[in-house]
Amino acid sequence: MAEMQELADVAWILTALTVVLLMFPGLALFYGGMSGTKNVLNMFAMVMTTLGTVTIIYVLFGHGMVVGESLGGIIGNPLDYFGMVGHEEVGVDGGFAETLDLAFFTLFACITVSIIASGAMGRMKFSAWMVFSVIWATLVYFPLGHWVFGDGWLSANVNFHDYAGGTAVHMASGFGALGLAVALGPRRNLQTRPHSLPLVLLGAGILWMGWMGFNGGTAGGANYVAQYTIMTTLFAGGTGMLGFMAFEKFRDGKATVLGMCSGIIAGLVAITPAADAVDPFGALVLGFIAGAFVAWACTWKAKLGVDESLDAFAVHGVGGIVGAMFVVFFGWATYTNDEPIRGIFFGGDISLLWGELIAIGVTCIYAFGVTWIIAKVMDKTMNIRVSNEDEEDLDFKLHGQTAYDYN
Amino acid sequence: MKLITAVIQRNKLEPVTKALAERGVGGLTVMDVQGYGSQKGRKEVFRGKTYETTFLPKTRIDVIVPAEEAEAVIDTIVAAAKTGSIGDGKVWASPLTGLVRVRTGEHGPDAI
Repeated sequence: MAEMQELADVAWILTALTVVLLMFPGLALFYGGMSGTKNVLNMFAMVMTTLGTVTIIYVLFGHGMVVGESLGGIIGNPLDYFGMVGHEEVGVDGGFAETLDLAFFTLFACITVSIIASGAMGRMKFSAWMVFSVIWATLVYFPLGHWVFGDGWLSANVNFHDYAGGTAVHMASGFGALGLAVALGPRRNLQTRPHSLPLVLLGAGILWMGWMGFNGGTAGGANYVAQYTIMTTLFAGGTGMLGFMAFEKFRDGKATVLGMCSGIIAGLVAITPAADAVDPFGALVLGFIAGAFVAWACTWKAKLGVDESLDAFAVHGVGGIVGAMFVVFFGWATYTNDEPIRGIFFGGDISLLWGELIAIGVTCIYAFGVTWIIAKVMDKTMNIRVSNEDEEDLDFKLHGQTAYDYN
Repeated sequence: MKLITAVIQRNKLEPVTKALAERGVGGLTVMDVQGYGSQKGRKEVFRGKTYETTFLPKTRIDVIVPAEEAEAVIDTIVAAAKTGSIGDGKVWASPLTGLVRVRTGEHGPDAI
């Protein structure tokens, strides 16, 4: 029989995992509401199917590549957790099973790929998306996951702070979405406004709930850090909303409901690397800054001339960087890690800045570059973009169904 | 006979229908339509990007009346549909040369 504490840990991670699963329909609704009436189903399909495609490869070799024995710091041994063979007996005493770990981290891999659908909105072949999901997870997420979550060269040699995946999940997907959007080229019709803000709000609310499990579950058990990070996650989402709306009020004259929903997600993204490294005041300030900064970053794509349609680059890429940099300068948490966390302004060492910049730079450049190469190579071999005709009526042409035409 | 067509604000359908019924108009046809006039469409901002809608949603009513009642019916519609602000819509009348009631086969004004 396992000890009481371990049983409590197992119970919390089981709960957290179940809550994290909500992020998929949450993200699907969040993105789907911002899509047009004729490509909303395709967006749902892109977000949800990673739970099939990426899960398969995660079970086969993904978990090994992320947390398996490191092969020179570059990648984990893909054979280490091949279908959990040889690891099933762990946990039969009632304690932590490796299967729970496998399931929890499967969701991390899947949601990271789902976020990239932002850069493919309304113009990518569905078959190409399925293939891309699998290749991207293998070549981008698994290596980055190993460098950050596993025993890779980054975590071994560089002093940086990333609590729950600001780098490997959010910056990787944000810059991945940008790379994919660049490779795909813009949609033919850019004048399609988000078709349903009610769906966007529903999605943002569900995502917020899922995020509690994501950050709280990353603590690894029913412990101090889980309670701490649930608190900071809650706070940053709330002020992220205000930051985004305040920026809009100042810039456009009105605080919008899409801005409110986007700000929630911006705050949540920013707190992901920082959830165990800021105090309650820090969480409130970070959320607000991230919301406002992301509101500004949403306009960059127009200047870059890139149709990164649903702003994963701004929300996840830039939002993740804001969170990571905030820890460097304003981090303050005493009991969450072995050593107290102190940002540079609170007496912390300047070396954290260089380490963080390296981790951010490596993640963003690697994710953007490799994503672009994957998409370009795929385009040469299987032509990943839909025909102009199909783009006009994407849901029906790709999935044989429409969301709103009932006749 | 005249065909009177009114394109009005969506929320004015009920008062207009009521006013016409009080005048003794025995039937009408209603459609949801889109269009633009001097008001044009409108602008909405999403994440800092402005989207312009060309058309605004309106409601269209078709009524067939005897020629001598046309002016009075138009006045009734205008009175009931008016808010005084831009976007109230338009009402027009056009001559109608043929009309048949399907059930009885009656022709002309008898079929109104």
